Amino acid sequence: MPTIVVEVMPKAEILDPQGKAVVGALARLGKDKFSAVRIGKRFELTVEGPVDEALLAEVRELAEDMLANTVIEDVVFVGEASTSSACGGS
Amino acid sequence: MRIGVITFPGSLDDRDAARAIRIAGAEPVALWHGDHDLHAVDAVVLPGGFSYGDYLRAGAIASHAPIMAEVIDAANRGVPVLGICNGFQMLAEARLLPGAHTRNAHQQFIRRDQKLRVENATTAWTSEFATGDEIVIPLKNADGRFVADDETIARIEGNGQVVFRYVDVNPNGSMNDIAGVSNERGNVVGLMPHPEHATEPGFGPDMPDAMRSGTDGLRFFTSAMAALAARA
Repeated sequence: MPTIVVEVMPKAEILDPQGKAVVGALARLGKDKFSAVRIGKRFELTVEGPVDEALLAEVRELAEDMLANTVIEDVVFVGEASTSSACGGS
Repeated sequence: MRIGVITFPGSLDDRDAARAIRIAGAEPVALWHGDHDLHAVDAVVLPGGFSYGDYLRAGAIASHAPIMAEVIDAANRGVPVLGICNGFQMLAEARLLPGAHTRNAHQQFIRRDQKLRVENATTAWTSEFATGDEIVIPLKNADGRFVADDETIARIEGNGQVVFRYVDVNPNGSMNDIAGVSNERGNVVGLMPHPEHATEPGFGPDMPDAMRSGTDGLRFFTSAMAALAARA
């Protein structure tokens, strides 16, 4: 069944404590070439029918209204997952 | 005078809020998130807890609960609405209050008896205080860092919508030490610390004169009662 992917990231100016904890852990592993890590969210919405532009528009609206809080987050991607790159199919 | 307390799945402090309302001298009314009915209460409290396990974002799913349609309508009519901790997060998610909350800057859950300064004593929930009063009520949160963009911070500071500020310790990295805010009209107030846990001697925060004697939270509820009495 088709899947629509929505990706949300904390806004650049918002402190991301999770990301900071991870970059600190990387430094402790000796991986100090990474100066910053930011952690976002990926939503996968499975739909019964075909994905058309109207449905994508509806998901874009939903992403701004509910999946993300645009005070602190940006919706960085909304689109249909391509079957070739779908993971977890083992 | 009837003050409703809404229970959401995962609310923890709904009964404490009801008890605080009773101690203050009003009648608490239990309300349910799944109803479309405020039972004609005079004021509404959204209590603390971890509604829906803080899934998605703290308060995000609860802010779309059925009863929130009635809460938003009541808030826009001027009914006093208080959001405590998770309730504050819900009011921000519902856009009834400015700003948003993120994980505490230090990444840890924190619980402490917190000193606050009352910055605006003209709201429906603070009229029994004086501006500049320092109070102590318990604080306990993981996602308590108040954030907003620069323009919003400047606007709410200018409008007097910053109602409470942390004193001595900023426990979560909130911008401008902001602990609580109101809407422009002043009938909707939200804060991270818990006034309902400081309403009865023996069960409140430690105070300089005696352990667990703090009752500074009581005046939140008597303020709302005074605001309602003045309107009636």
